[in-house]
Amino acid sequence: MEISLTVNGVLKTVDIADENTPLLWVVRDTLDLKGTKFGCGKAACGACTLHVDGEAVRSCSYPVKFAEGKKVTTIEGLGDRENPHPVQQAWVEEIVPQCGYCQPGFMMATAALLNKVPKPTDEDIDKNIINVCRCGTYYRMRKAIHKAAELQAEKVISESKEL
Amino acid sequence: MADKEKDSKKVSRRKFLVKGGLGTIGVVAIGAYLFRSPIRRQILGVVNSLEAPYLDNIDQPMIWFEVTSDNNILLHSPKMEMGQGTFTGIAQMAAEELSVSMNQIQVVHAASSTGNVDSFATGGSTSISGLWKPLRELSAMLRVMLLKEAAIKMNVDVNQLSVVDGVISGNGKTLTYAQAAEGVENWEVPDVPVLKEAKDYKYIGQPIARVDLDAKVYGDPIFGMDAEMPDMLYGAVVRPTKIGSIFVSADTKAAEHMPGVVKIVVEDDFVGVVANSMLEAEKAKDAIIVTWDSYDNLNTDAIVKMMTVGNGNSSVIQKNGDSFDDQDEIVTLEFRSPIGAHAQIEPNGVVAFVDGDSATIKISTQVVGLTRKEVAKRLDLDAEKVNVVPTYLGGGFGRRLHTPHAVQAAIMSKAVGKPVKYFFSRKEEFQHDMFRPPTHHVIKGKLNAEGYLDGLEHQFVSGDVATDSALIPNALTNFLGADVGAIRGGFIQYTAIPNFKAECWHVELPFATSWWRSLGLLANTFAMESFMDEMALKANKNAVDFRLHQIADEPIDNRLKNVIKAAAEKANYNEEVKDSRAMGFAASIDANTPCAQVAEVSILDNEIIVHKVTVAMDPGLAVNPDQIRAQCEGCVIMGMSAVLYEQMFVEDGELTPTIYGPYQMALMKNAPKEIDVVLLQGKDTPGAVGEPPLGPIGAAIANAVRRLTGERLTELPLKLSKKV
Repeated sequence: MEISLTVNGVLKTVDIADENTPLLWVVRDTLDLKGTKFGCGKAACGACTLHVDGEAVRSCSYPVKFAEGKKVTTIEGLGDRENPHPVQQAWVEEIVPQCGYCQPGFMMATAALLNKVPKPTDEDIDKNIINVCRCGTYYRMRKAIHKAAELQAEKVISESKEL
Repeated sequence: MADKEKDSKKVSRRKFLVKGGLGTIGVVAIGAYLFRSPIRRQILGVVNSLEAPYLDNIDQPMIWFEVTSDNNILLHSPKMEMGQGTFTGIAQMAAEELSVSMNQIQVVHAASSTGNVDSFATGGSTSISGLWKPLRELSAMLRVMLLKEAAIKMNVDVNQLSVVDGVISGNGKTLTYAQAAEGVENWEVPDVPVLKEAKDYKYIGQPIARVDLDAKVYGDPIFGMDAEMPDMLYGAVVRPTKIGSIFVSADTKAAEHMPGVVKIVVEDDFVGVVANSMLEAEKAKDAIIVTWDSYDNLNTDAIVKMMTVGNGNSSVIQKNGDSFDDQDEIVTLEFRSPIGAHAQIEPNGVVAFVDGDSATIKISTQVVGLTRKEVAKRLDLDAEKVNVVPTYLGGGFGRRLHTPHAVQAAIMSKAVGKPVKYFFSRKEEFQHDMFRPPTHHVIKGKLNAEGYLDGLEHQFVSGDVATDSALIPNALTNFLGADVGAIRGGFIQYTAIPNFKAECWHVELPFATSWWRSLGLLANTFAMESFMDEMALKANKNAVDFRLHQIADEPIDNRLKNVIKAAAEKANYNEEVKDSRAMGFAASIDANTPCAQVAEVSILDNEIIVHKVTVAMDPGLAVNPDQIRAQCEGCVIMGMSAVLYEQMFVEDGELTPTIYGPYQMALMKNAPKEIDVVLLQGKDTPGAVGEPPLGPIGAAIANAVRRLTGERLTELPLKLSKKV
């Protein structure tokens, strides 16, 4: 069946045999966006986190049919080297990644959190950022999340000034 | 004559390769150069106080560098990047001696076709320390070779030339490295030049950002799981759920006609299915009915019973003075650690393509050479024709020191004549891990009249770590008869004690156990340093003073004393319970790197909370202090995850749990809010970094709990037995 969805700002129509195919595999294998990772397949680790209409979703357990007509954002669409998202910029400044595999999922979860809670406390972070990192980068991630909140606030201010 | 030829070190045409395309204008392959260190020394080097050399028999040409036409250097790394910042450290080392800027160096994983294959592995915290000398020497040699060619082209005496950022200048003329290399067919390999002095370092010692930082922040497809090949199909292999299962037969009828199925592959030891998509392969796999010959009744209790000091074979690995007399007033404590899973987030996976008499294997592996050897052997291919193309690893931790799935994917590829991608499900990853073995420790100590130890004895038992690994022949995996991996951290480090002994027992388990980051260190140090703390309490002495007093005076001992003092000072270590918080102290030496930690702990709702950890470590020269700090932070968190939460069980012959969550690991909320790292430099070469900070964390936390509650926790994962 055909499913239409907007991925990183571009309307895509994909032909999928099984509408219950997890969105993860449509993104990775059909659309060839490899930044969203497979970790566990049971929504238990968060490596596959992306945004559907701005909400953080664990795409390994999210049937593609639910994404019909919706806006999907992956790490590739969050920002790029020329125009990084504040979360990515903070991640670079704090030199967060080690092996790096889980990091896109964490950055997507963080970006979604900052949209709801622009200035999260440590408690907000503990409650909302519940992905798994094996290298143990949580310490730098927490610093980066606070920094991303500052960067995002600065960005909002400078953008409103421009207006 | 032969000797003279060897001395002149002329690189023959055979050893010089020119590759066209992709902007590459010169490939320098240097052979017959490096040091022949026996593998045994490398392995033993990680045991305790020996240095671990880089070990290759480089008698075949191997490509280290390519000079590209845009005047950059491609560095083909025989070591994999699995998170420890290795690529950044080696880029710093090479840039230093090549006199190029950091952004002129691009580090890539050496494919086995370059010849630059590490004959051991990426592991054991040896990458930077092992490459320290050879890589800088090779880089300096390349610089001299390029200068020499430039001198000819510029018609300027080589001694008048200088180089900045890969641009050679002299006598008013300039030439880039790329221009110097262009068209050269016969390179003359010089003697090893004098290397830069530490005072002149521009990059070594700087906290330079990781070279792979952008790729990892912007989601580039750099991992094994991201690898593809044109026209690729997907494979799956039926795996048993019970321990010790041996494949007997398979009923594949139902699977054969399922949608997308291309072929069912039945071998003597496994059955696999190849399909058009991963999901189709998985569904067909589930429809195959396999008969296994397996153990059914094993449980955790039986494993614990097996893993008890006194079972199996033992070897005394360290002894000084006398044994205890029966009538002595001896304190005995027993400790246990559970089965641990690697739980790296990237599952094991591979893309294999067997094309006639050659094969290409794209894979996350710590053992390029072993992967190649096993594929070549099973498929009866010439090893030279098996090109293993390594990728970034989504975590190594020892999990990728054996890659039999590469062989299975290659067999499936051969059966369908197309590339096949195959990776583990998470359940398979948990059940078919090569686990950290459980351990049991019996420690005895006796205090003298002054309240210091007169005798200390560590008896411990472990399953296989190095023994029976595919990587190394068993003849090389023992130290005085004991498993070289199991004994890490098992030695007595307080050798000013007059009488001491360490004895390692070995029990073979019915499931595979192997290398888990830091090997025996995590459990051994937990046991030994918990015991030391208990003896300090019994002697009514400060835990830091008690330790310092019983350390001898060799150079490594003094480095240990220095990290102990530095950690205590930085943390303002004290033994009072303040605001319901207490501190715990522990220290260890691993692979010649001493490390001390102070954990600040409280208890909330009967859960152990770690607020702050102070780490003092002496890894020698810090090539990249920021990455060393990152390793300390990461090891503290991975270590506390292992000692507070993680545990595999055996139920009715199955290893369980099989998913994150039930296999509890540290999350953001559990990680300390503060990690304070102090780096000391007690020697002028780089030492081990990626594992030593895992040593002290378990005992540091347990010792803090002891001071908070009075309870001595002796089993990992640490759980409070009573409501506090």
